[in-house]
This record gives sequence, C-alpha cells and structure tokens, in this order.
Amino acid sequence: MDFSYTEVQQMLQDSVQKFVQKSYDFDTRNKIIGSETGYSADNWQLFAELGWLAVPFSEEDGGLGGSAVDLMVIMEEFGKANLVEPYTATAVLGGSLVANLATGEQKETLLGGIIGGELQIAPALAEPNGRYNPASVATTATADGDQIILNGTKIAVENGPNANTLLVSARESGEIRDVEGISVFAVEAGSPGVKIRKYRTVDGKQAAEVTLDHVSVAASNRLGDAGAALPGIESALNRSIVAVSAEAVGALEVLLQKTVEYSKTRKQFGTAIGTFQALQHRMADMFIQCQLARSIVIMAAMSLDSDDSSVEKAKAVAAAKSRVGKAIKSVGQEAIQIHGGIAMTEELDVGHLFKRVTALDLAYGDGDYHTQRFAAL
Amino acid sequence: MNADFTAEELAFQEEVREFLQNEFPADLKAKVDASVRLDKDDMVRWQKILFKKGWAAPTWPVEYGGTGWSHTKTHIFATEMGLYGAPEPIPFGMKMVAPVIMAYGSEEQKQRFLPDILESNVWWCQGYSEPNAGSDLASLKTAAVREGDEYVVNGSKTWNTLGQYADWIFCLVRTDNTVKKQEGISFLLIDMKTPGITIKPIVLLDGFPEVNEVFFDNVRVPAENLIGEENKGWTYAKVLLTHERTNIAGVPRGKRRLKALKRIAGETEDGFGASMLENASFKQRLAEIEIELQALEYSELRTLAALSVGKAPGPESSILKIVGTELAQKMDEMFVELAGYNCLPFVPEQFEPGFDGDAIGPGDSASAALTYFNNRKLSIFGGSNEIQRNIITKAVLGL
Repeated sequence: MDFSYTEVQQMLQDSVQKFVQKSYDFDTRNKIIGSETGYSADNWQLFAELGWLAVPFSEEDGGLGGSAVDLMVIMEEFGKANLVEPYTATAVLGGSLVANLATGEQKETLLGGIIGGELQIAPALAEPNGRYNPASVATTATADGDQIILNGTKIAVENGPNANTLLVSARESGEIRDVEGISVFAVEAGSPGVKIRKYRTVDGKQAAEVTLDHVSVAASNRLGDAGAALPGIESALNRSIVAVSAEAVGALEVLLQKTVEYSKTRKQFGTAIGTFQALQHRMADMFIQCQLARSIVIMAAMSLDSDDSSVEKAKAVAAAKSRVGKAIKSVGQEAIQIHGGIAMTEELDVGHLFKRVTALDLAYGDGDYHTQRFAAL
Repeated sequence: MNADFTAEELAFQEEVREFLQNEFPADLKAKVDASVRLDKDDMVRWQKILFKKGWAAPTWPVEYGGTGWSHTKTHIFATEMGLYGAPEPIPFGMKMVAPVIMAYGSEEQKQRFLPDILESNVWWCQGYSEPNAGSDLASLKTAAVREGDEYVVNGSKTWNTLGQYADWIFCLVRTDNTVKKQEGISFLLIDMKTPGITIKPIVLLDGFPEVNEVFFDNVRVPAENLIGEENKGWTYAKVLLTHERTNIAGVPRGKRRLKALKRIAGETEDGFGASMLENASFKQRLAEIEIELQALEYSELRTLAALSVGKAPGPESSILKIVGTELAQKMDEMFVELAGYNCLPFVPEQFEPGFDGDAIGPGDSASAALTYFNNRKLSIFGGSNEIQRNIITKAVLGL
C-alpha cells in the first residue's frame, strides 16, 4: 500500500504550484475576473503548452494517460489558488464527454482542439427542472432529413460565454427521465437559434443560460450512437465530480491554513485569539474535516482508475461528493467565523474561497443529492 | 402556567394585523417578498407611517412619544411585523442611541435629538468597532482630546452599518489613556457633516457596501455633544447592550422564512419526478428546523415573562442570540440547497431598488447564495456567538 505520488505526479504538482505562485496571486485573480472574458487566454495557452490540458485523456486519445489521480493532483492546486480558468468545463467534463461518446474524425478534431488549447467547450446538461439528474432531459432532438432540430433550455452552463462549442444533451425518444433516448450534440455557439445569456457566478466564474430555439445541426454533430449517451454522460460526470471535489479539498486546506495563521496574529483581550482553547478545538475539527475529505477523494479517484464495476465507481464518487460537501460547510463557515468581520469583506481572499467552495458544493449535485444517490446504488 | 394572550392582547394582535394589511405599502411588500433591498427612502417612508399611527417607538416611554406598551404587546407587535415582512426600524437611532440619551443625556440633548429620531428625520449610525477592537471592544483607540469647548477626535471606526445614509454617528471614544481600558471611554455624538470625517464603503461578500469605515481626522466636536460624564461611556454602552436584545431571536422572521422554504420546496422538483417537499431527507431537516424554532420561541416567551414581572434581562438573551442566528443560518443553507444551480448567477442589480430587467432563473432562488454569504455576519456581529458563549460561561455557569 502506498499513497504517495509517483515521480511524474510529483512533477505535475510542482509545475502547477510554480505557476500558481508566480502568476496567480489574489490581485491577479481579481483582475482576470474583472476582464471581458473572465479568464486569461494567456494562461490557457500556457496550460496547453505545459500539457495540463492533455492530462484527462488516455494516450490513445492523444493525452497523458487519463488517470483520475493525476487529475486530482492538478485540481487540488487549482483549488488552492481559486483559479477561474474553465479547466473543468472544457478539459474534464467537456473533454470526457467527447472521449466517452465521440468516434473517429469527430473525436480527433474535438480532442485535438481541447488539448491544443484552441477550443473552449461548454457542457450544457442541466435543465430548469432536472436538478442534478442527468437523465432528466426535456430538451428535444428531432430528425429533419439530414439535420437534427434542437429545442430546449439549459441552465448553469459553465464556460457558456466563452465556448466555441456547446455539448448539449437532448432527448431523441422516450419520456423525460428515461435512461434511453438521450444523445449529446456538438453545437457551434454562434449557430442560429442559440441564445446565450451570460452571467458571472457568485464565485467569479463565467456561466450562461442557454436557450435552443429550432437550432439545426447536422446528424454528424451527434457524439456516438443515437439515444445511447447516458452512460457516457454519467461517467464524464463522475470524473468531473472527482475533479471539483479535489479542487474543494485544495481550497479547504487553504481556508484552514489561513485561519490558523490569522488566529496567531489577531490579538483581542491582549492575546492572540489562537490561544483560546474554544477556538483551538474548532480549528482541530477543521483539520479533521480536511483530512477526511482528502481521504475520500483519494478513494474515489483510485476507484475510477481501477477495474471496479461502474456501480462501484459511481458509489465511490457519490460518497466523495457527499462527504466533501459536509467538509465544505463546516470548514468554510468556521473559517469565516474565526476570522470574524474581516472575512465578510471582498478585500480578503478567505471570503472568495468560501464562495468558491459553496459553488463547488452544488456542482454536479450537492452533498444531500449524492448521499441519496449512494444509498440508492 | 399558561402561554395565552389576554383578550385585550388578542384584540391588539388583530389591530396590528389589520394595520399592516392596510398601511404597509404594497410596493414595499413586493420588494420584501422579492428580496429586493429597501433603500433609505423606503425605510423612512414606512417609519413615518408608523409615526403617524403613534407606533414608531414601541419600546420608548410615553413621555418621549413611545407607546408605553407592555413587554407582551411589544412582542406581539414585533411578531406581527416580522410575520408580515414589514421591516423593523433601523435600530441605530430608535433602539441604540435613543435609550442612552433618555437615560444619561441632558434635558437639552433629549429635546434636541429624540423628536427627530422618533419622526425619522435624522438617520443615525454606530461608531463602536475599530479595526483592532472587535470582540474586544473596550480596547478601542479612537481618541477625543478636550480643547476648550470642543473635543478633537482622531481615529477610525469600522463595520459602520449603512453609514452612507447617516446624518449623525454615536461613538465610543477614548478620553483617558491612563486608566483601565473600560474606564477611559466616553460616549460622543458627532454630526457626519463635520469637516475631517471621511467614509469609505466596505463591499461585503454579496457585493453590496452594507458597512463602512469612518475616518476622523482632527474632527472638532462641541463638548455639549458628550453624553453624561466623561469616561463613563462604557457603562452607558453596556447597559444599552443588555436592553436592546428584545426580538433578537428573530422568531417571526424565522416563521416567515420557514413558510417560504416549504412553499419553494413544494414547487422545486427533485429531478426524479417528485417535489423537494416529498424528499425524505429534506423533509426531515425541515422538521428539525421547525422544532428548533418552537423551542426558541418558547425560550423567548419565558424571557419575556420574566421581563414582564420586572426582572432585568440577563444572560438569557445570549441564548436567544446564539440559537436565533444559528437557526437563521441553517435556513440560509436550505434556501441554497433548494435553489441549487439557480442561486449561482451573480446579478446584484436585480436586488437593487428600481431594477426592472428580466431576472435569471426563478426569483425565489436568485438571492439564496448571496443571503447565505451575507448572513454569516449574524453569528459575528452584535457580540459574536463566541462572546455570547463567554457570557453564559461566566454569568450563568460561574466558570
């Protein structure tokens, strides 16, 4: 048994850490958020050059192996920096949808674009009444000769404002929550009938509400076989959940570390507040939460990299998201509370990390959703 | 033992309900229901309606224009206001500085300041906390040095809520450095238009500059603005702090929000064809909230009963503060949970007065995350919940 990183993983971690330390401090991040696109195209090119955009993919797909543990290494460091570049949307969820579903030339083109840093993807899966169930798809895909006509509304489309290509789940047959009948289509963002209502999220990311009004795409834009996309979607979501959970683990660790530091310097009643046992025990609890969250994310990542059955993998991922959700609430809230008023302001990065982990708690299903998913599997 | 209202109290309750239905402006009701922030004009307008009715200051004695209500009637009034969603008066004038002026101010000060507070002609803000004096408030450093008929004030105050609207500020200032920290503090009233005062907004996690930093640079304040005696300010402020804790538990607001949670849960699909209200786990947690709210309500009623027979409010108010704020924060979490992805769009202008655009997603959900972020303040301000627990350990448990 060995939980240490391989030499390659160690190098990957060093490389992300180096980038973050050099080019991603709090002020830089604020500037990026305030910019027109809300992410840095220069950073994105650098991610491509450093090979980070290839990490989620297998070697046969032109990637660096596609190990979930490798992905965890990157995401944890991104989480520490509260990085806003759309890595999960494009490379993890978007990329995995392509890798799982697409075939032949289509796959080659899309993955080539993602890995090369030329292509931004916005996975458009969630719908107004579907909550976190990827099978709840009311958006319709209707054949019209060689074309497919898409109609529907997608919410919380991450990276929607900057994407070249949307990956839209739509129903070709069956009832709203049927497992069969769902396909994923690659839709150019500028296609007639695509309305992208962009917004900034509460945690400083870019997202959009997307409406599809008689959007016509070629049948060849369908990824894979008609109506058979759900298993591929679920597998892509599992990988994304491990990614955002690892991101949360990184962010929580920083929240803990900053809280401990602050408690050593903040003086009230003539002494550092970190000397109060009431606060010490709560910081010890924060530490415990961080450790448990880290452990279960490692467990889930290892499961995805193993020969486990798809049910076992889904269960491990659900367990991770559920447990991380619990840690997010307790560590996030305690970090604010122990800092006091200062953490309520925009001026301190603690509040921004708190907002980020809150959004991560909701991403691809909150803790309660995944606890129930775990129980049902 | 009984928890019943008398016939007279029940009649009063009915009167308050009718008054709210008839007199609380519909446009303000719509804003409150849509979580749109009330601006200064809105709040002043509502206060003036209450003033016309004679209900502007439920807790003031009759001689100053108050209602002279019993504790129970005051409670009924606050409850009905909270259930209906009518905002309480901004506390700084009505609940914080006025009682101090009444108790320790000169006759002249009473005549000069109280009527304008009652009529909401003057907006007050609070100058207590400083960057290095938060939970340890008595370590404050803003200095007031007497020069002839004036005090010269230098220093800064922070967490100054809605000071951007304020005409006056009441401050705790240091007037003696040579004694124990609590003994060198004075209570000073300062006109915000005085030269040397600058105000810097602090943007909070929900994107709104709800609080400010206020800087004093050689601000000359007439000595007649001192309340009571020099160096007695801490005593005045402390007396005030134990007396202003009525309705701190927020039970009526909690009940109103619980109702909203149930309604939204009924309208929110769980993704599997049922509503969130039918979701076993959510339902159970909703029940836990409701039970906690009942325990809190009866704790408040017990405190109220003690007040009614003339007992001074004690450390029990710390229980109400802790449980009330933590329960409110639990509900914030549940609003976020219900909203899911719908609380992610950051469109702060849709909660500003005058917004007439098209909101993203269902209205009930849009403010959930921002409220969750902002309400983390509840367990920090007004004496943090750690300080409240210290009060219980010392004053009740004798540790």
